[in-house]
Amino acid sequence: MKNRSAWAMLAPAAIGLVLFVLLPFAASLVLSLTDLSLGSPNPTRWVGTLQYRRLLVDPAVARALGNNLRFALVIVPMQTVLALALACLLHKPGWRLAGFYRALFFAPVVFPMSLVAVIWRYLYAPGVTGPLNRLLAGVSLGHWQPRDFLHDPQLALPALMLLSLWQGVGLQMVILLGGLQQIPGDLYEAAALDGAGPLQRFRWVTLPMLRNTLVFTALMTTILAFRVFDQVQILTHGGPAGATSTLMFELVRSAFERLQMGRACALTVIFVFIVVLLTSLQRLVLGRLSR
Amino acid sequence: MRNVLTGILGCLYVGPILMLLLGSLQGQGFHNYRSVWERVDFLALLENSLLIAGSTVVLGAWVNSLAGYALARLDFPGRAAVLTAILVAMVIPFEAVAVPLFFSVSRLGVRDTLMVQILPFVANGFSVYLFYTFYLEFPRELEEAARLDGANAWQIYARLCLPNSKPALATHAVITLLASWSAYLWPLLVTAGPQARPLSLAIATFLATPPLHWGQVFAFGVLMVAPVLLGFSFLQKHFQPNALSSGIK
Repeated sequence: MKNRSAWAMLAPAAIGLVLFVLLPFAASLVLSLTDLSLGSPNPTRWVGTLQYRRLLVDPAVARALGNNLRFALVIVPMQTVLALALACLLHKPGWRLAGFYRALFFAPVVFPMSLVAVIWRYLYAPGVTGPLNRLLAGVSLGHWQPRDFLHDPQLALPALMLLSLWQGVGLQMVILLGGLQQIPGDLYEAAALDGAGPLQRFRWVTLPMLRNTLVFTALMTTILAFRVFDQVQILTHGGPAGATSTLMFELVRSAFERLQMGRACALTVIFVFIVVLLTSLQRLVLGRLSR
Repeated sequence: MRNVLTGILGCLYVGPILMLLLGSLQGQGFHNYRSVWERVDFLALLENSLLIAGSTVVLGAWVNSLAGYALARLDFPGRAAVLTAILVAMVIPFEAVAVPLFFSVSRLGVRDTLMVQILPFVANGFSVYLFYTFYLEFPRELEEAARLDGANAWQIYARLCLPNSKPALATHAVITLLASWSAYLWPLLVTAGPQARPLSLAIATFLATPPLHWGQVFAFGVLMVAPVLLGFSFLQKHFQPNALSSGIK
């Protein structure tokens, strides 16, 4: 009886997860071993690990993965530090403006990435009339040469990073604020009695108590850095010359522009492999820390 | 010091938001808003977005909490295996199944519907796990009392556990709402015209459809974030960010 109701309760979620997550992923695994191509009249053949071997030496894939990695290496430390700074600034019981600022910094989180991309496309407009160009010219007292941020091989990727940072900081800040609120106040009082200044209290109370939350948010941001797609598709299409291509962008292009399903599925498997690796790292580190 | 620092960061931060708002008002009064209204059926797009996000949140709350409850409270053979499968499903991001799923969907001929943007996202490994950990810590004594009164597992879940799951429900709602509301890749793949298109995709389409008029694009943006900002200021009170990280450990 109990068994029956347990399975009945599990059924809706289980059916959904099998149908929409596990089976499609299993299909990707199988298809990644074939040369299935929707544009080709040739019959599909088993090719073993050929797709993977090709991907490993494909410069476009290396480029895309490198961009994801660069994205993570820049965004994760910057976003974590900025979010921590904001959380510490706003964590002050009784400060009337705290709620206002909290809402302000959180607001871009509820902006869909598509809207964020649209807003920043305007800010990044080329020429002297582009808002960001105008701002930089003003700040540098006219020394700034107008740039075309989104079509400049050097600036396109940093430009995408900046808007992602703008959107992502709020969520990380809110999570860190939640962590700060859980630190018992007497720890700070004890530290103050021992003569610890604000910086020492931050170093010896806040940071150790917040360590797990920090690790969690940093790794969450790392995983998100490997899923970047929307802003690339809307703003740069991977250009100029692959400077902003990402793994997800490369995957979608394989499947829907070149119709190379076998290749796209192999990319999917690599993508999941990276995410699983990062998630296990997160679990491992958090498990270590909580012991 | 705190005021100055926060103020500077706030100014940098508020810039793009202010520009969106002021840009939408350039020209004569609400002219841009009227033009958006004339160029697209905004209410229909908003309805699509709200129906997709709302159904995903509500159906998901039911389906995932039920599964989480069964995993946390009922002892049955295969429980450990199911829990492992949930953890596996949790780490597979949607992007990874979008391609094969898209081809099944096209073969079934259900593209361009709201349903195809709702159903794949109802069951969610993360939400199941969230409810599972929440019910693990739910006091057993209350349930024992109900059980002595002759209530079965379904009644205990529906009358006792679900109504007392507000923190887990709010976290589920916030995460699901954000993901569904911002969806871009999936609607890009499965919608061909405006009939099932959500706002998150429609803003990009609007930008790409000539004539390009930034004032109108900004008005579109303001119209689309206004309802969700209102919704979030309401949800913020109940949202517990700690559950985000504690649900993972």
